[in-house]
Amino acid sequence: MTGNHVKRRLAEDIFFKGIVCLFAFISLLPLFLILYYITRNGIAVIDWNFLSSLPRPIGEAGGGVFNAIVGTLMLIILSGVISIPCGIAAGIYLSENKAGKLASGIRLSVVVLQGTPSIVIGIIAYIWIVAPLKTFSALSGGIALSIMMLPVIVKTTEETLKLIPYHLKEASLALGVPYYRTILKVILPSGISGILTGILLSVARITGETAPLLFTAFGNQFMNTNIFKPIDSLPYRIFYYAMSPYPEWHSFAWGASFILVVLTLALNLIARGISVKWKTRF
Amino acid sequence: MSGTVSNTFQDDMDTQGKSIPGSTDRSEKRFRFILALSGSLIVLLLLAILVTLLVTALPSIKEFGLFFFIGKVWDATTETFGALPFLVGTLFTSFLALLISIPFSLAISIFLGEYFKEGAISGFLRSAVEILAGIPSVIYGLWGLFLLMPAVRFIEMKIGVAPHGVGILTSSLILSIMIIPFSASLGREVITLVPGDLKEAAYSLGATRFEVIKNIVIPYARSGLTAGILLALGRAIGETMAVTMLIGNSNFLPTSIFSPANTMASVIANEFAEATGVTAASLIYIALVLFFVTMIVNIAGTYIIHKLSIESSKEVS
Repeated sequence: MTGNHVKRRLAEDIFFKGIVCLFAFISLLPLFLILYYITRNGIAVIDWNFLSSLPRPIGEAGGGVFNAIVGTLMLIILSGVISIPCGIAAGIYLSENKAGKLASGIRLSVVVLQGTPSIVIGIIAYIWIVAPLKTFSALSGGIALSIMMLPVIVKTTEETLKLIPYHLKEASLALGVPYYRTILKVILPSGISGILTGILLSVARITGETAPLLFTAFGNQFMNTNIFKPIDSLPYRIFYYAMSPYPEWHSFAWGASFILVVLTLALNLIARGISVKWKTRF
Repeated sequence: MSGTVSNTFQDDMDTQGKSIPGSTDRSEKRFRFILALSGSLIVLLLLAILVTLLVTALPSIKEFGLFFFIGKVWDATTETFGALPFLVGTLFTSFLALLISIPFSLAISIFLGEYFKEGAISGFLRSAVEILAGIPSVIYGLWGLFLLMPAVRFIEMKIGVAPHGVGILTSSLILSIMIIPFSASLGREVITLVPGDLKEAAYSLGATRFEVIKNIVIPYARSGLTAGILLALGRAIGETMAVTMLIGNSNFLPTSIFSPANTMASVIANEFAEATGVTAASLIYIALVLFFVTMIVNIAGTYIIHKLSIESSKEVS
């Protein structure tokens, strides 16, 4: 009787472990399928021509995504220029002022901004920039993306700087170094790996964003480097090609996806590498 | 605290006589001012977003008021706008996605937090989940179009409903894959935080590992797991691109899980570019609602996490 009871409990235990392992690995299946599809369909269309030429109208053979690659890079630079200085400064403020009304207000805002749907941010950039200037523009896309980058940078900067031991700061202040120089020359350099990681992760986050660009950067089948004109981007091009009825454009969408995935994965890997290799130990 | 300490240092230094005390003092003030300004800018940004949405949605708010949420008709030609189809579409897709994803994310959390805390398999699973989180939404959409959509269409033909392929089920499936990493990574963290002595006490009474997980680990980690689910829900509600590509863009009230629909996010993505006047204002009204809903869900989730971290730090000290 008791023997059976114990056996049943042990069987239950093994069964549960099996279920957990099974479910955990089933959830990896989509990842492998996605990576497999992107690699198989993507590599087939990628060649030098695909990387270096502009999109062509349907019916004409060839064509590529060069303008989309340039556009994505421009959007990243634009949004970085806007959000990195402000984000780092706000992160320093938070790590220096752990309590206080403004600090808790900022923390709350960062949480809310981070959770704000990207499409809402797209609408905001449309109302603020596109509507007054009466044209879709790279600038408005960059601003939308910078709003998405900002919370990530603030959070990682704050968390990195919080971990820096207080005696480092005290030592610097005791030597008579002014407070602002202490922050800029002692605290910031010690946290540089964490801050860089945060920046790269936020760039990885926005590189694949499409929704904020739908009504801002819009898309452009020609080459453009003017920030007051519509600009193309990889995610937008993928969306455009994927929703088209032409099989040839579908294969282009896979090709562009392959480039985009390689780009975001590389950013993630570099970010992780930096956080491991450059980490200052105390 | 830190402010006062550094201030006293600063005063000491100034009285001891610097060559140009005035300039250091001024840079000092300017520096603190810039920090506070950048911080305030984020608060202002949020307020500005809120005010902008409110003001631009005003024509629609005035015209439809709260009836907006129960109106079933969304028709730009007659300028009648009711958001009920999109509210239902959003709730339907997000909760279905949660339902599908919970067994999987819980399994990953238990796997990584309890069974295999370290080692090659766990490292592999953890990086795989991270990669899953890093794949752009539009690529999920593309993949869904070429793999999930035919699969769902096949099922629909088998059971004899209209074979759209796109619709609520397809969107929920892709959403469930997209939100697994969010609840799984938080779930892993809270499960690792369960105190060892609690588990050991149960083991010493003869409990099996399954019983420990069921009776100790899950109840102890419950609030953290809830927070993970809330954050995943917030993500599912606001997710735009993959859903826009797979939901079928239909402005009618969905009748089954196979019917094409629209979520709040996808209707904005589909229609805002061509919208003017009251149509645009109504879409912004939807954006405002979306903003508030995700805000509440995210604040609730973060609040639970915050409380948890305070509790666990108390236990340590």
